[in-house]
Amino acid sequence: MRRRALLGAALLAAPALAQAAPKVVVIGGGFGGATAARALHRLGVAVTLVERDATYLSCPFSNAVIAGLREMEAQRFGYDGLRREGIAVVLQAARTVEARQVVLADGATLPFDRLVMAPGIALRPDAIPGLDTEVMPHAWRAGPQTLLLRRQLEAMEDGGLVVLSAPANPYRCPPGPYERASLIAHHLKTRKPRSKLILLDAKDTFSKQKLFEEAWAALYPGLLEWVPLSSGGKVVEVDAAARVVRTEFGEHQAAVANIIPPQSAGRIAQAAGLTDRSGWCPVDPVSFESRQRAGVHLIGDAIIAGAMPKSAFAANAQARVCAEAVAALLRGEAPAPPKLINTCYSLVEPGYGISIAGVYQPANGLLADVPGAGGVSALGAPAATRAAEAGYAEDWFRTVTADAFG
Amino acid sequence: MRICVGLSLLVALPAAAAPPPGASSCAGCHGGGGMPVLAGQPAEAIAGTMLAYKAGRGSPTVMDRIARGFTEEEIRAIAAWVSAPR
Repeated sequence: MRRRALLGAALLAAPALAQAAPKVVVIGGGFGGATAARALHRLGVAVTLVERDATYLSCPFSNAVIAGLREMEAQRFGYDGLRREGIAVVLQAARTVEARQVVLADGATLPFDRLVMAPGIALRPDAIPGLDTEVMPHAWRAGPQTLLLRRQLEAMEDGGLVVLSAPANPYRCPPGPYERASLIAHHLKTRKPRSKLILLDAKDTFSKQKLFEEAWAALYPGLLEWVPLSSGGKVVEVDAAARVVRTEFGEHQAAVANIIPPQSAGRIAQAAGLTDRSGWCPVDPVSFESRQRAGVHLIGDAIIAGAMPKSAFAANAQARVCAEAVAALLRGEAPAPPKLINTCYSLVEPGYGISIAGVYQPANGLLADVPGAGGVSALGAPAATRAAEAGYAEDWFRTVTADAFG
Repeated sequence: MRICVGLSLLVALPAAAAPPPGASSCAGCHGGGGMPVLAGQPAEAIAGTMLAYKAGRGSPTVMDRIARGFTEEEIRAIAAWVSAPR
C-alpha cells in the first residue's frame, strides 16, 4: 500500500489531485440510497447524501398504518445515524444532473467522480382522467396520503363501499395492493362489518395470488371481492367529487376510493435523462450503471431490474452490490458479477404473514431468476407458520431500517 | 488528466475483501433485528445449515427457497464471509 502511494505521488504532476479522495454523491435517502451511502462510506469513499426531506417515512408497514394497526411515527427514520458516521447529508432537492456535478434546488453544485441515484417513483395520477388524489388518495408514498386514507376509512359509515384499484405492472411493491386490501378488510370486519371492499385490478394475475386468495376465502368471504382485468377491473376514469369509479364494464359508487395510479421512475431520473420510453431506468445488472449515462448508477424502484421486484429489500440488496461495484470502478477494477436476494413479507391480518423470495443473477443484460430457487410460502400451511412469518416481517423491518438509517 | 484522477483514486481506495456473490444480501435480514446474527458464528455451521435447507432437510419458512439459488461452493464462500465479525 505504501509503495503504491509513493508510486502514485511520484507520477502525479498536480499534488492536489494526489490527495483527493474519490467523491460519490448519492441522491435519495430511502432504503436504497441510505444503504448505499453507508456502504460506500464503509468502503472508504467520501459520500454526500442528497435528500429532499429531513426524515423518511417507510412504505413497508404503512398499510398497517392505513388500517389503524400501527402509528405513523413507527414509520419515521432520520439521518442522524449517517451524520454521526461522517456522511455529509444535504437536505435539499436535486434539480438536475450535469456533467460530473449535481445541481441542487438552491443552485449550488456538488461535484462527483461517480453518482448513485435512488430516486424511487413518480406517481402518474394524470393517467386516470378525473383523478384528484386529495379526494381519492393513492397512499403509495408514505406520508400525508397515508393518513388521509386512514382518516377517510375511520370516518366512513358502516355499510360503505371501499374501492381500491391496483395498476398494471410494473409498479412499486407488487404484493402491496393485496396486502392493503387484506388489512383494510380486517379493519372493516372488526369495526364496520356491514361494509364491503372491491379491489379493481388492471391485470389478471398478481404476486402471491394463491396465498392471498386462500386467506381471503378463509378470513373475508363476502367482504373482499377481487375484480381482475378480464372481468372489468381496469379503471378508465373517476368522478372524484361524486366518488364514482368507472371501469370498462360499469361503475362503482364508493364511500372511500383508493386509486393507485401508474408510476414511473422518480422525477430527477427523468430530468437527468436516465429513463427510456418505458419511463423506467435501464441499467447494467453487474454495476447498476445507467445504460444512458456513464458514471451514474441507479438502484431501487426506479430501475428496470428484470425479474427482481420493486421492493425495499431489493433496493437494500442492490445498494450493497452497487456500492461494491462503484468502489471497484474507482479503483480501476471491473466489478464481479453479483447474485442478489429478495424476500418480501405481506400481512393478510395481524399475526398472519406470507412471503415470496427470489435469487437473481445477471443474464441477457437484466437480472434473471436463478432457476430452481425462490417461490412463495406453502399453501395450506398451519397457523403457526403464518404467525412465524408475520414475526419475521417485523424482524426484517427492524433489521433493514437499522441497516439503512443506522 | 484522466490517468491522474485514476491514480489518485487508486491510492485513496485500497481494496478490501469483497463479498462473494449473494453474501451482501444476507444483511437485509440477519443484522440483529430478531433473526439469527451470523457474524461470529462458525462458518461450518452456517454452511451446514444452508446445505441442509438446499437439500430439502429442516423446516425453514424461506431459507430453503433462498439456499436453492446457490451452489455448494457459493454457500461455503458466503458462510465464510458472513461469519467474519465486522
